[in-house]
Amino acid sequence: MSQQEPTPTDAAYRVFVSYIDKSRIFYQAQGYERPYRWAYNADSPFTPPAKPLGETRLGLVTTALSLDVADDVDVATLPVESAYAAPLDPPPQRLYTMNRSWDKKATHTNDLDSFFPIHRLQELVAAGRLGSISPRFYGIPNEYSQRTTREVDAPQILEYLRHDGVDVALLVPL
Amino acid sequence: MSLAARHLEANGIATIVCGSARDIVEQAGVPRFLFTDFPLGNPMGKPYDVAMQRAITALAIDLLESVTCPRTTVQAPFTWGDDAWRAEYMRVDESNLEGLRRAGERRRARQARARHEGRVRSS
Repeated sequence: MSQQEPTPTDAAYRVFVSYIDKSRIFYQAQGYERPYRWAYNADSPFTPPAKPLGETRLGLVTTALSLDVADDVDVATLPVESAYAAPLDPPPQRLYTMNRSWDKKATHTNDLDSFFPIHRLQELVAAGRLGSISPRFYGIPNEYSQRTTREVDAPQILEYLRHDGVDVALLVPL
Repeated sequence: MSLAARHLEANGIATIVCGSARDIVEQAGVPRFLFTDFPLGNPMGKPYDVAMQRAITALAIDLLESVTCPRTTVQAPFTWGDDAWRAEYMRVDESNLEGLRRAGERRRARQARARHEGRVRSS
């Protein structure tokens, strides 16, 4: 490691990772000339839960895919992505995550509950902390176009949640 | 994902986002964010660490109830242990510049092929 190179937790630098900085530099090195413009909002909507959590139905939303394919499948053979809803009874044994940008050197996604905490949520229902879990879970693509997320995928997820009587949502991006 | 949380929240569904890309989520602006300072991939706790997953999931549910104003970030009280991943992820240095340039060319060729074959979203 050169003298200019900060150690991972050198407090003269920001310690938590900036993925906006990392990805800009990385894709520039790959020859992409125009950096991605990430979503930026100065405000945020806010809706307190309408009911006590013990009477609430929760929906679980993931960026993983409900596909039972091998990790080393040729991604060119995967179906074109869209928002989806899939049954939770029984919960999926696995979800496909290899086309997402999680840190494949540092960790793995073989334990569903590390990013899709269905069994941990079921424990909270059993303990009375949550009313119920929706009979379906929901998937949303990591879409390059923010307009597509706002105008197509997010409204589709909302429609699924309303159809299933969901009151609150837990969203876990990979 | 953050944009979906905003859409649900604006339409009456309270949301909690649990993730490890702090800057991306905070810049998008979400109502409630539970930040786990881990490598991307396990925001709900380390693989097979049931006690940690239980604590993070319970904290996420608590935040639905306890947060009183939007753009609230809470950091989960866990560390990964080894910090090498912070510098390693998407590392760019002199040793891999040429490899990255070639990988970019391959990636653009794949993207062009996918567009040509109609394997892209139409929306």
